Amino acid sequence: MFAFLWKGIIRDKSRSLLPVIVVAIGVFAIIFAHGLISGMMSNMIQATANFQTGHLKVMTRAYSDNQGQKPNDLALLDVDMLVEQLTADFPGVEWVPRIFFGGLLDIPDQDGETRAQGPVSGTAYDFLSANNGEIERIGLKTALVSGNIIRQPNEIIVSIDFAETHEVLPGDRVTFFGSTMHGAMSFANYTVAGIARFGMAQLDRGAVILDISDARLLLDMENATSELFGYLPGNTYDQEETERIKSAFNERYTDETDEFAPVMLQLVDQNFMNQTIAMMDAILVIMVILLVIALSIVLWNTGVLGGIRRYNEFGVRLALGEEKKHIYRTLLSESLLIGVIGSAVGTAAGVALSLYLQKYGIDYSAMMENVNMMITPVIRSEVTPQLYYIGFIPGVISMLVGSALAGTAVYKRNTAMLFKELD
Amino acid sequence: MKKLTVLLLITVFTSSVFAQDAEQIIRDVDRNLSADSRIVESSMTVHGRRSSRTMTSKSYTVGNEKSFTEYLSPAREKGTKMLKLDKEMWLYSPSTDRTIMISGHMLRQSVMGSDLSYEDMMEDRKLSDMYTASLSGEETIEGRPCYVLQLKSKVDDAAYDVQKLWVDTERLVPLKQELYAKSGQLLKQVTLGDVQRVNDRWYPMKMVYKDMLKDGKGTEWMITKIEFDTRIPEHVFSKASLKQ
Repeated sequence: MFAFLWKGIIRDKSRSLLPVIVVAIGVFAIIFAHGLISGMMSNMIQATANFQTGHLKVMTRAYSDNQGQKPNDLALLDVDMLVEQLTADFPGVEWVPRIFFGGLLDIPDQDGETRAQGPVSGTAYDFLSANNGEIERIGLKTALVSGNIIRQPNEIIVSIDFAETHEVLPGDRVTFFGSTMHGAMSFANYTVAGIARFGMAQLDRGAVILDISDARLLLDMENATSELFGYLPGNTYDQEETERIKSAFNERYTDETDEFAPVMLQLVDQNFMNQTIAMMDAILVIMVILLVIALSIVLWNTGVLGGIRRYNEFGVRLALGEEKKHIYRTLLSESLLIGVIGSAVGTAAGVALSLYLQKYGIDYSAMMENVNMMITPVIRSEVTPQLYYIGFIPGVISMLVGSALAGTAVYKRNTAMLFKELD
Repeated sequence: MKKLTVLLLITVFTSSVFAQDAEQIIRDVDRNLSADSRIVESSMTVHGRRSSRTMTSKSYTVGNEKSFTEYLSPAREKGTKMLKLDKEMWLYSPSTDRTIMISGHMLRQSVMGSDLSYEDMMEDRKLSDMYTASLSGEETIEGRPCYVLQLKSKVDDAAYDVQKLWVDTERLVPLKQELYAKSGQLLKQVTLGDVQRVNDRWYPMKMVYKDMLKDGKGTEWMITKIEFDTRIPEHVFSKASLKQ
């Protein structure tokens, strides 16, 4: 039976070629889009986790309530003790302090007078005290346009837009002016170690980067931090695990009246990530459903056309005594085979392109200049095991549905006029 | 018709009398608060959510165009100096040995985490030069009868478009001040107290500023010593004096 159908498909290409092409294109489109959207999502989650949320984050309750303002007067204190406790309770999770601050960066002329100045938003990372992967995590080496990463105290990294606007070069001396966590004025001179372009407008406009030891001196935040970020082993986000850690930690601090008690959030609790992920998942499901419907309609039409072409064949087969039910079943079996072939071709092409884009990506930085999303400028596909069936199954189903609808014409076939038709 | 005309005339007349009174009141307030020159030693206490911080400073002011302030304590702020010349302002920090010009939106930032902005610190013009006043009634503040004045800015560069002022009817010193944005939003509230006789004028020695847009208990500004119309050498108001 299978051999008979296979020969039919191979020998009569007009019966199979068009449906195979239609199914393959549809499956290819699903896989390509799914891989790209998954890649974008992973990219966004990764960038958000690296720069803004961590996989987990600990803050004081009061800071958390006003997180948008980055209020350092409500920062976490006694951070070393807290990190020690967290490391003991949740082994494998890496805890890194981050300080966020704002102020004015002033560039002096040769007489020490203000030549240029502009507002900056700064982030301090722990670069110098431990080999904790912060440089790799934020991609600082890759982001450097000129100069070096921070190698010693009193060095600062300046974002590309600020550097270009205010003509700042590596080696220049600049003065930061802001306020300490207690509200006092803070001034410090730094040497520009490097100029960085992260490719994210949010970071490139007016950002500066310091080592955390310098920021603590500058902002009078000894053993304090704005936020404490937690990263799961392998830097791989696992929502079930972060949920478990978050619940276990927060259960210990239930006193709502202590506004400086630590509180833990996980990635999806922040920056509308939960809603964004749910929305992207919904978009993927809707996309697959719409494609199955569209493909089914196209394949139904293809089946009807094929049925018309095979009008005589069905007549002869009925005249030879074959049952309509049997013809219908062979049609479905044939479409199953065509669906499998088309889906396999589409899957192979889709996965191949996704693999290529996973490696090389698409650079769309020119379109992202005014976009505030925390997403890197090179979009890459993500090839997951899901890609191997996400298009394949809908491809086969749509072919079957299309043929099932078109094949009902067999039941309307009448043999009474057959010989007249054959004449 | 005749009655209506009389009523209208009375309304116009009384309102112009009230306006005239209000203008006179703010001129009297200016006479108390403004001086040709002033040397002030003060302490500023900023109440945060975790702790409070007190800074002391000494300021020299001539008219409304020149002002020089040096912070005396605590150690972190000691030696920080501010110079205002007309509409420009410079800050000197001894830790960096840098003089930084403060301009643009930075002038609206808080000074030392307080409820005062640089703009508030810089503003020393007479109320009568900046606002037109109208009397809206009388109220009692801390047991003292006060005129309630509505001030509307008549200059383009006023930091606050509208002010509401409670002026002690006897001593002609404000006891309460509300500062509003153009939108009508209340931005700051100032409570003035400890009014003392200094030479031939009354002067509030304690002011509590409350930035209504941020949490906290406000900023207390206490004058510990004040001298009016003392001659201040011109070199005090030079950029060179910042580094001395």
